[in-house]
Amino acid sequence: MSQIAQSQSAQSRETMISFANVSKSWGDNHVLRSLDFEIGAGEKVCIIGPSGSGKTTILRILMTLESPDEGLVTVAGGTLWDVKAGHKPRETKQMKATRRNVGMVFQQFNLFPHMTAVENVVEAPVRVLKLSKQEARERAVELLGMVGLQEHLQHKPAQLSGGQQQRVAIARAMAMRPKVMLFDEPTSALDPELIGEVLEVIRELAHSTDMTMLMVTHEMRFAEEISDRVVMFDQGVVVERGTPAEIFKHPTEERTRRFLRAVLER
Amino acid sequence: MTWDSGFALSLIPQLLAGLRITVEITVLGMLIALVVGLFVAVVRRSRIPVLSWLFGFYVQFVRGTPLLVQAYFAYFVLPDYGITFSPFLTGVIVIGINYSAYTAEVYRAGVEDVPAGQWEAATALSLPVPRTWVRIVLPQALRTSVPVLGNYLVQMFKDSAVLFAISVYELMGHVEAIGSDTYRYLEPVTIAAVLYLIVSLVASQLVRLLENRLALSR
Repeated sequence: MSQIAQSQSAQSRETMISFANVSKSWGDNHVLRSLDFEIGAGEKVCIIGPSGSGKTTILRILMTLESPDEGLVTVAGGTLWDVKAGHKPRETKQMKATRRNVGMVFQQFNLFPHMTAVENVVEAPVRVLKLSKQEARERAVELLGMVGLQEHLQHKPAQLSGGQQQRVAIARAMAMRPKVMLFDEPTSALDPELIGEVLEVIRELAHSTDMTMLMVTHEMRFAEEISDRVVMFDQGVVVERGTPAEIFKHPTEERTRRFLRAVLER
Repeated sequence: MTWDSGFALSLIPQLLAGLRITVEITVLGMLIALVVGLFVAVVRRSRIPVLSWLFGFYVQFVRGTPLLVQAYFAYFVLPDYGITFSPFLTGVIVIGINYSAYTAEVYRAGVEDVPAGQWEAATALSLPVPRTWVRIVLPQALRTSVPVLGNYLVQMFKDSAVLFAISVYELMGHVEAIGSDTYRYLEPVTIAAVLYLIVSLVASQLVRLLENRLALSR
């Protein structure tokens, strides 16, 4: 009953992200094949599937780090990509404006190594959102406190553990107040004992904000716990999508069953 | 020919004046090389149609021809086309331009060393490209570039001796003048060599100190 209610409310939400007929290939390798899907505002969606199946490409296209060969991608009602087959994708003003709604947390953190934790978080709000240094700093301190790093404000990335670095990266992305937050395997580069602290921060975000969250992850139990919806992706197409219960407990596709068996039996 | 200490001592003030000019040329020439080289490297990397290709050609052309040929061209050929500077200024510009092709390559290597993830993080934060260069990429690229640039500074200091050929009265120009006046080369050349050596050694040590400092602050 509650599941039905949930999926109904998901449908009545306004669309935050939409992919229409999006394709991308590297030579003969088709990483996305005419992909269509939508994510509603505030939804928390996890993408699962084998490595090299194009999951990360979806995020990278949303962050404009890669361009589709064809298709229409919109975020928060703005056009990010509108590429006709055979035409060269271009960076437009519209794209740049739309991109402001999107933030990303990377597998390798990608912190700026020559800046302290606070400087990492302050940089973009000052330059892009044009906040005063004072205000940006206050917000940075608040965000770093939220991810449990109030003791490490003046530390540079090299002085922090991987888990701490990733938490700075989350604070840095949050400082831009994105409507959509992308997580690209945020715990894959971490030592096992540091994964928990990062997942805890993401869990807290998922519960306490109305941000739309799209995450590529291999942490199946975590995906099951925080997602409104799970998308199983393989060889450039969506194999199956549904609530975590549907995907993890009662997958209908053989491909999904095989994948889950392989990763859960590790 | 035997060493004449009295004669040698009498030369020192004149040669020190020449050394001073050599240092001035090096400092000004290096400033040109640092600024122009940086500009060339950034434009090449930015893949601006035509301009990036043109700057690539510039680097190949300047590195592919000898400094002395470039100096002769600037000093003896360009005046025919109405472009005339003093020998000193010509020397500074020629050696600056010459070294800018090398510094451009040093910067390029430094920029290529900066991981792609840094550019991607900047894009994800919507940082404009010029800001990304100034705040994110160049501070990291320069860290790896500074020691190599320092070595080029020392090399330029020595290479500037070539400029006596276009009548710049730097250290070697004075050696040549003394030699042709007195027919004695032993003393002026020896003193000049010692002066070049002292300054080079000191400068190399300073570069090494700077290098260690940068390594520490990493």
